[in-house]
Amino acid sequence: MSWPLRVLEDSVPLVMAAADVRKSLSRMAHEIVEGSRGEAPVLVGIHTRGVPLARRIASAIEGFAGSRAPVGALDIGLYRDDLASRPAMPLAATRLPVDITDRIVVLVDDVLYTGRTVRAAMDALNAFGRPAVIRLAVLVDRGHRQLPIRPDHVGKNLPTAASERVSVRLVEIDRGEDGVWIEPGAPGISGADGRV
Amino acid sequence: MSFLTTRGVPRKDLEELLDSADEFNRVLARPIPKVPALQGKLVANLFFEDSTRTRLSFERAARALSADVMNFSAAGSSAAKGESLKDTALTIRALGADLMVVRHKAAGAPRRIAAWTGRPVVNAGDGAHQHPTQGMLDALTLRQRFGGLDGLRVAIVGDIRHSRVARSNVFAFTALGAGVTLVAPRTLQPVSTGGWPVDATDDLDGVLGEVDVVYLLRIQAERGGLSVFPSLPEYVSRYGMTRDRFDRLPAEAVVLHPGPMNRGVEIDDAVAGHPRALVLDQVANGVAVRMAVLFRLLGGSG
Amino acid sequence: MSEILLAGGAVLTPDGEVKADVTLSGGRVAAVEPVREGVGREIGAGRARAADRVIDLSGLVLGPGFVDIHAHLREPGQEWKEDIASGSAAAAAGGFTAVVAMPNTDPPTDSGHLARYISDRGRQVGLVEVAPAGCITAGLDGARLAHLDELFAAGVRVFTDDGMTVADAGLLRRAMEYLEARGGVIAQHAEDPGLSRGGHMHEGEVSSLLGMAGIPALAETVVAARDLALAELTGASYHIQHVSCAETVDLIRAAKAKGAPVTAEVTPHHLRFSDRHAASMDPVFKMYPPLRPPADAEALIEALREGVIDAAATDHAPHAAHEKDVPFEEAPKGVTGLETAFAAVRSALDPDPRLLFRRMSVAPAAIGALHRHGRWIEPGIPANLAAVAWDEEWTVEGFASRSSNSPFVGETLTGRVRYTFYEGRLTYELGNSGSRTPEVRGAP
Repeated sequence: MSWPLRVLEDSVPLVMAAADVRKSLSRMAHEIVEGSRGEAPVLVGIHTRGVPLARRIASAIEGFAGSRAPVGALDIGLYRDDLASRPAMPLAATRLPVDITDRIVVLVDDVLYTGRTVRAAMDALNAFGRPAVIRLAVLVDRGHRQLPIRPDHVGKNLPTAASERVSVRLVEIDRGEDGVWIEPGAPGISGADGRV
Repeated sequence: MSFLTTRGVPRKDLEELLDSADEFNRVLARPIPKVPALQGKLVANLFFEDSTRTRLSFERAARALSADVMNFSAAGSSAAKGESLKDTALTIRALGADLMVVRHKAAGAPRRIAAWTGRPVVNAGDGAHQHPTQGMLDALTLRQRFGGLDGLRVAIVGDIRHSRVARSNVFAFTALGAGVTLVAPRTLQPVSTGGWPVDATDDLDGVLGEVDVVYLLRIQAERGGLSVFPSLPEYVSRYGMTRDRFDRLPAEAVVLHPGPMNRGVEIDDAVAGHPRALVLDQVANGVAVRMAVLFRLLGGSG
Repeated sequence: MSEILLAGGAVLTPDGEVKADVTLSGGRVAAVEPVREGVGREIGAGRARAADRVIDLSGLVLGPGFVDIHAHLREPGQEWKEDIASGSAAAAAGGFTAVVAMPNTDPPTDSGHLARYISDRGRQVGLVEVAPAGCITAGLDGARLAHLDELFAAGVRVFTDDGMTVADAGLLRRAMEYLEARGGVIAQHAEDPGLSRGGHMHEGEVSSLLGMAGIPALAETVVAARDLALAELTGASYHIQHVSCAETVDLIRAAKAKGAPVTAEVTPHHLRFSDRHAASMDPVFKMYPPLRPPADAEALIEALREGVIDAAATDHAPHAAHEKDVPFEEAPKGVTGLETAFAAVRSALDPDPRLLFRRMSVAPAAIGALHRHGRWIEPGIPANLAAVAWDEEWTVEGFASRSSNSPFVGETLTGRVRYTFYEGRLTYELGNSGSRTPEVRGAP
């Protein structure tokens, strides 16, 4: 099944342009390497847009450090705490290229919001092994956390109203150019990328 | 939503289910083969006809998704005391079942239970009608082996007339692009194959050289009472998968059987143990397919 | 003596359809007075002063009350499904004034006292004439003749093992020979037990897809062909019950062409439904003979129109909800039909009123030797009548029968029974639940 791609209106305010996304990812790549103190981190992208972001960070690291970090993909569909209130969704592939036990794992996602996705992702990782450290890298932190979770690497802090939607567009998945937009949402419906 | 039949299910939905089953096979290969997806859900296995292996497979699938499982079997139960199927079903719902897996000797029983209870139902075999998770696990086994079912030539051999497995497989396989030939004496062929996208023949030896898959059905000795074939030895001589027949198959061809096997009847020992007999792959895939079905029916609001 | 005036209906008389006022008195039709334009109302109005009740039938068709030569009233033995009282009420609600009660009760109606019990109960209830059919074989055992003389003396004229087939050709021949001299008709549920064994629905495309054992059309035609030859041999009156397929129609047509004393009936459900409906596996579509493919239904409609099939008969077979609401293969066979028969036949055939009343009243009364029924309306005949709204559309729901296992529930049908009169008394009035009162007195 494919999700319908949302076409953004021109009037929706752009908060990160393609160049901003590129610069942020480059900075985050440096931070991740510095934070890893010589050990090679495993980058694990959370479906859907976390996966290409993790790949881009890995490429950036390869660009300046010369070695490529292993990149995995994680579908958290089996670990959500809100399955009963959402429509059934098909599973995407979960692939971890290396054993994560005792490794530094960096979870990568596009938008950090309530924190529930990240909690589910940490549960999912535990099924594969026991990492030495789990860090969190997100392109956008829009606030409104519901769990005691904080990101280690942030592309942009973006204060939002709960009723707004944050939309991230990446060329690997969406049409057009990279970018981040804020859309006014219907009151009472909140979320980014369909996540609550 | 329920899963009652493979007939009429669009190819895209079948493929999505197989994709999902592939993921669950990866889950099952993990050090801890269990996910919390259906935590707090109650799956009831209602088996009005004995089938330990199917019940175990569903139970394993439900537990690997962290669902709770409640087992009901007809022997020694209220059904044996004359309680109606409807009352039993409503009782199971009142006990909190979120989904019912139903095996019953009467065609359409799972559909009735779905209508009575309003709960999702997985048909685990109803009469000679359908056993859709069997059809899907067989399709998954073939997809793993051949990459896909498009253009595969499948011979289904045996008591097709009385087989829910055959009906499930015919419609799953053909929807996924395979060509199916039914091989059986006339008395074991469906009376009518109107609406079946298949060929039919009574000559197994005539098709051996040109099939990729031989799917052997279990011959039920009790059918002998109906005189559907003269004798078991005569059946074996024409339709048994002997070593000799196996050797006449194309080099890549595989043999499937839904189990339990009657060794020496529809399948010889030497064939049953051959690496190109995929019987145990089928069993393993059964768990993944059933996880995919349970997750599809319970892993969401609808 | 109470008198009812039925004013201004389209009355089916021996001379055709006439707009007339009909007076019922003493259980008989006392007068049929054509209504002339302009003065018609005055005649009615004049009569009304004498009548105890005037019923306005303008816009309705008044014909002879319907006769069902095939109903299961379940009494004695299975009163939780139906009894003679509830079955009579259902019959009256369907416009029937006479019903032939099938003998597969518990105990089966195979001797005189059992037949008399049924007709006596029918008289006590008083809503329709309940005419018992008698068994051909003792205890429906298919082996020994029932007490045919006793049954005949008790008024039985229809002999059948319905529900079962008299499969033994030699035995059937003896029954035919015996009854040919005595009178009465042999009615056969034609179904070869070897060909139908284990079957639940029509054998064909649908049964094959569902994996259910089928009952081939051949199970009916082999018995029909054999029986028609026996009827020709013995000269006995032979009636084929609930014909279900085109091949049997052809056999009957050929036998009639040779002048054999053969009659046949078809049920309303076989006219409307097909095995495509049974594909839903809803037991409300399970009956024997089973629903056949649509082409057979078309052939049956044509045969009933033509008269190759003489009569429509309900095969009213009530079952309690708890018995019928089970998986298809475990459900008992049979559906109810008394209350929907007229509208179902009207809807399937779209006949003129005379043809319909011939198939649902005149012909079945003749087959069952029910001489107080099935008579075109004229002074002197017993007042067994039905008034119907010929073109009224209605959706089926709710029954007077104790059971509601009808495939017509929720169906929209054309033609509706409005009043039924049995032996001069109003036994049913649409919309009046008190219509079962045996005596109706006083003008409204």
